[in-house]
Amino acid sequence: MTAASSNPLKLALPLLVFAAMIGFWEAIVRLHGIPPYILPAPSLIGTTMVADWPLLQASLLTTLKTTLLGLALAVLGGILIAVILSLSRIVEYSLYPFAVVLQVTPVIAIAPLLLIYMPQDVAVLTCAWLVAFFPVLSNTMLGLQSVDRNLMELFALYGAPASRKPLARLCSRLKALWYLRRPAALPAFLAGLRIAGGLSLIGAVVAEMAAGSAGAGSGLAYRIIESQYRLNIPRLFAALVLLALTGIALYLLLAAVSHLLLRRWHESALTQEK
Amino acid sequence: MNAPASTLVSLHDIGKVFTNGVTALSGFDLAIRAGDFVSLLGPSGCGKSTVLRLIAELAEPTVGHVTWPGSAHEDHRSEIGFVFQEPTLMPWANVADNVWLPLRLRGLSRRDAQERITQSLSLVGLKDFAKAYPRELSGGMKMRVSIARALSLKPQLLLMDEPFAALDEITRFKLNDDLLKLQNDLRCTIVFVTHSVYESAYLSSRIAIMSPRPGRIMAEVAGDAPGPRAKDFRTSPRYAALCGEISQILLEQNAEESA
Repeated sequence: MTAASSNPLKLALPLLVFAAMIGFWEAIVRLHGIPPYILPAPSLIGTTMVADWPLLQASLLTTLKTTLLGLALAVLGGILIAVILSLSRIVEYSLYPFAVVLQVTPVIAIAPLLLIYMPQDVAVLTCAWLVAFFPVLSNTMLGLQSVDRNLMELFALYGAPASRKPLARLCSRLKALWYLRRPAALPAFLAGLRIAGGLSLIGAVVAEMAAGSAGAGSGLAYRIIESQYRLNIPRLFAALVLLALTGIALYLLLAAVSHLLLRRWHESALTQEK
Repeated sequence: MNAPASTLVSLHDIGKVFTNGVTALSGFDLAIRAGDFVSLLGPSGCGKSTVLRLIAELAEPTVGHVTWPGSAHEDHRSEIGFVFQEPTLMPWANVADNVWLPLRLRGLSRRDAQERITQSLSLVGLKDFAKAYPRELSGGMKMRVSIARALSLKPQLLLMDEPFAALDEITRFKLNDDLLKLQNDLRCTIVFVTHSVYESAYLSSRIAIMSPRPGRIMAEVAGDAPGPRAKDFRTSPRYAALCGEISQILLEQNAEESA
């Protein structure tokens, strides 16, 4: 990410390849007269995007809202549960397996159930949350446990006198959590966050698709299903482009956040300047 | 050199068995006097580090006990500074904030700690690097920060666990001299774990040679009085003789082992 600014080729080359591919696509469609319901030309997708913008924009906002809200809840829940699990081994042993079970069960298989038990928008949000939650949880837990052992010893040495009282022990654990574990966990958490951003969008799309046939959803994924039924392929492509752009924007945003937070000290964010 | 110094910490007939059944120490006796520079020298795995951890109350002896004859209060940990083999700095915090950690854990705000932080950093010659991050420092400088952090609480007793083992020889020589000067200025007591005959001979007022596991003190060699070394000490016959004497004991120990 940081290197892109220093080397113009890194930005120019993929753009060039992209432009060439679009041009090739446009040419093929025009030369062979491929009908738009089979493969629309990029220009037609562009004009459809403009013409259908009010509709698409509303759908975009819906999907975006679900994705971001799902991600926010995943971050809150992931961090909260990771912290609780890291404070007590007993809690970790008894709860962590269930988080794994939730993660390894494909969300597309859970979505229909959720749609039965919950209002549609809540079910869609839950799906986005479910898939985004685990990477935050597991990465944050890994990070919280990755504090240098010697630092923890220093902490024991310089910290409050060892006490047998549970309250004092909890207090010292919370202190260690804030001073040592929290900053140590930041890089792993941010890596989890970047994965979660993409997954949250996937969760939202999967849930919208599962819900789509049932009813009144209006997200981008629903537009794709609807356009497919109506053979409105240009609009299907337009919705797909918006989804891809959303994913890219989300990734870039989270990568930028990560870079900003780590640039002072973490290896992953360092530029070669020596 | 001066009047007989009082005993600061005393380890009596210590035995330490780890939960995995390994006996690290057995019949370990050592009295550390105020102002001493004691080197614990021995083969790896002989329990040198365990001795430091017992003194720092980071571990408890299985048998025997550690006493502080001269000290009235219960909690001795505030009198101890600890330096590990690795610098063990927090990578996310700058040099000053790293030195702040022990003070912060004692409840001092960053502002109240500022003076102590600057003081500690001056002692190790890093006053101008307060804002630097650990990754920007060389190995030797990181170790200096680690020492500054250990000094921030103005400890009476500095425990050092092979602090210079990972450094190159030239840096190590420099830090050896700096450490002796530091001890001379601060009048603190140092227990220094090392596996280097030369380092122990150069630094110590007492060199305690330990047996292989289970560790105990096998022999003690008197080094020169603590304090800065003359410039040519490293090439002096006295230094060579001291190294020879220590090596001889280790060789005899090896011979006994294989016999």
